[in-house]
Amino acid sequence: MEDASPDRSDGKPKRSYWSENLRLLGMLLSVWFTVSFGFGILLHEPLNRFEILGVPAGFWFAQAGSIYVFVALIFVYSWRISKIERRFGVSDDEEGRA
Amino acid sequence: MSTQALTYLFVGLSFALYIGIAIWSRAGSTREFYVAGGGVHPVANGMATAADWMSAASFISMAGIIAFAGYDASVFLMGWTGGYVLLALLLAPYLRKFGQFTVPDFLGERYYSKAARVVAVLCLVIVSFTYVAGQMRGVGVVFSRFLDVPIDMGVLIGMAVVFFYAVLGGMKGITYTQVAQYCVLIFAYLVPAVFISILVTGNPLPPLALGAEAGETGQSVLERLDGTLTDLGFAAYTEGTKSTVDLFAITLALMVGTAGLPHVIVRFFTVPKVSDARRSAGWALVFIALLYTTAPAVAAMARLNFVETVNGTAYAEDTPEWVKSWEGIGLIGWQDKNADGRIQYAAGAPFEGAPDFSGETGPSGERVLTNAPTGSANEIYVDRDIMVLANPEIASLPGWVIALVAAGGIAAALSTAAGLLLVISASVSHDLLKKTFRPGLSERSELMAARGAAVVAILIAGWFGIHPPGFVAQVVALAFGLAAASLFPAIVMGIFTRSMNKEGAIFGMLSGLTFTILYIGRFKFGWFGGGGEEDWLFGISPEGIGAVGMALNFAVAFGVARVTRPVPGTVRALVERIRVPSGAGAAGVH
Repeated sequence: MEDASPDRSDGKPKRSYWSENLRLLGMLLSVWFTVSFGFGILLHEPLNRFEILGVPAGFWFAQAGSIYVFVALIFVYSWRISKIERRFGVSDDEEGRA
Repeated sequence: MSTQALTYLFVGLSFALYIGIAIWSRAGSTREFYVAGGGVHPVANGMATAADWMSAASFISMAGIIAFAGYDASVFLMGWTGGYVLLALLLAPYLRKFGQFTVPDFLGERYYSKAARVVAVLCLVIVSFTYVAGQMRGVGVVFSRFLDVPIDMGVLIGMAVVFFYAVLGGMKGITYTQVAQYCVLIFAYLVPAVFISILVTGNPLPPLALGAEAGETGQSVLERLDGTLTDLGFAAYTEGTKSTVDLFAITLALMVGTAGLPHVIVRFFTVPKVSDARRSAGWALVFIALLYTTAPAVAAMARLNFVETVNGTAYAEDTPEWVKSWEGIGLIGWQDKNADGRIQYAAGAPFEGAPDFSGETGPSGERVLTNAPTGSANEIYVDRDIMVLANPEIASLPGWVIALVAAGGIAAALSTAAGLLLVISASVSHDLLKKTFRPGLSERSELMAARGAAVVAILIAGWFGIHPPGFVAQVVALAFGLAAASLFPAIVMGIFTRSMNKEGAIFGMLSGLTFTILYIGRFKFGWFGGGGEEDWLFGISPEGIGAVGMALNFAVAFGVARVTRPVPGTVRALVERIRVPSGAGAAGVH
């Protein structure tokens, strides 16, 4: 993802809002990758030596755990980004319906 | 009341409900027809998205696929849910901020050309029609199985119902019928799942069943299943047979494909605000996860139950009654190869091809098959769809539960078909007519054209349903692979880079699309002399090739963009605007 270019006219707050957003996205997407591609596929066999809720852990991540984490990720993003938006004054929550 | 009468009653009532909603919520403007007026509550939109997304395949076939593929089927579970993370984080809020009606709207304006819009329409139509062809067939199959009508008749009934609420109500009608359809389908899925969970583990919560003790055996459902299957010569349920690179590629292609499916994306144009689009995607995944975390449990329990109650039983005396009733309609077939009168279940196909009944009755009372037997010790053919369809009978549930499952399966098939038909008609009336070839079109004529396009799309989809092309079984791979390789990269680059220009995006989409079609064509339909597993690129199956198509799209786009003209300043300003939520306004106002 490219960085903001210097020739912007509409002010500084929005640019740093965007870099905060990218940082948050990077963090959440690395969790997304780790639980599914990491735990569910690449590390599935070694993890199967452990158990979660009575199920081999690699199998559990592949067929259940990753789905729970996905749901949590979307709500965490929604909550964190709303806070960032309010901080930078770019939220649409207070604007009401057009 | 008989089960058949109850089925007619339940299905009839659900149809009356859908049509009633359609009349109450009919669209009066193009804004209502394309994006339901932009005023749908995020939770309601989440439910509608879940119904839109979960087709007859999710409802009926998925548990069966997991039951027979075990760990390998994890690609579907992760792929079809993980895509919502990408959708919520990378696409939905920005497209909602952009605030027009269709996916080609965004691509056409972001890549400042009619050519980009038309290429986007082309990708959308190919993706959506390959998907809807399978759905209409699914509608027909579900009808014929539950209502005892021929499949073609089932397709026609399905077309008539979809016609009514999609043409009349547009997105507005579809949204509220999908909310109702979600309620019907999830209730119909969970009721038998809870009962079979109690039957097998004594615990009413299906998601906990995998690790729960199976009966009084001292082993968990999974341990017992692993043990039983390896004894019979199958691979262990918790270990896969696919290569790691293929698992990786298929999961990625399904995730990215999910996020790139136009009929799913447009659902997020219907909520009032940018923050609602994010929340709504979260709710959609909650509603989807209810079914997707239940399916693996249903799969494992049904497979275990099948092996334990059927294998080794004497057909004439102790084989369960439901086996015979599903044999009656051809979804189970038994060939007594060793003539001992008992059913032997083992790895491998029992005989060549699908069961072909001679019409005679064998020595144990079974339906005689004319198929040539294979060398495998396995004697029984099972259609994998049975794992969900036969659950109520396996758990000895009353007739109304079977009727409920029928209504649920039909709801799942109709809701997906309607969502697909709507994006096709919107892309024709709005993107091709209004925005490309007939810019002078009035609001009224555009609405007429949208309804007309919906009619034509239903007729074409119905034709595919009655004359299914040979590729119906492969359409899932095709639709997801194409969405992943064409639309997703173009949209993401349009939001996250300011420098991607029209040449880059257009060549990127076209090369991703072409590469993926040709690869799937070669290995699925035998183009260019076909080929086997040993010819796969990097060991990646056609199901996973969309991931490579996506990478190719990105690479071509960045390469072409480097050597062509930079994007105009107005487009850079557009990108800045969609990156911040404030000032969204209503969809379509810009």
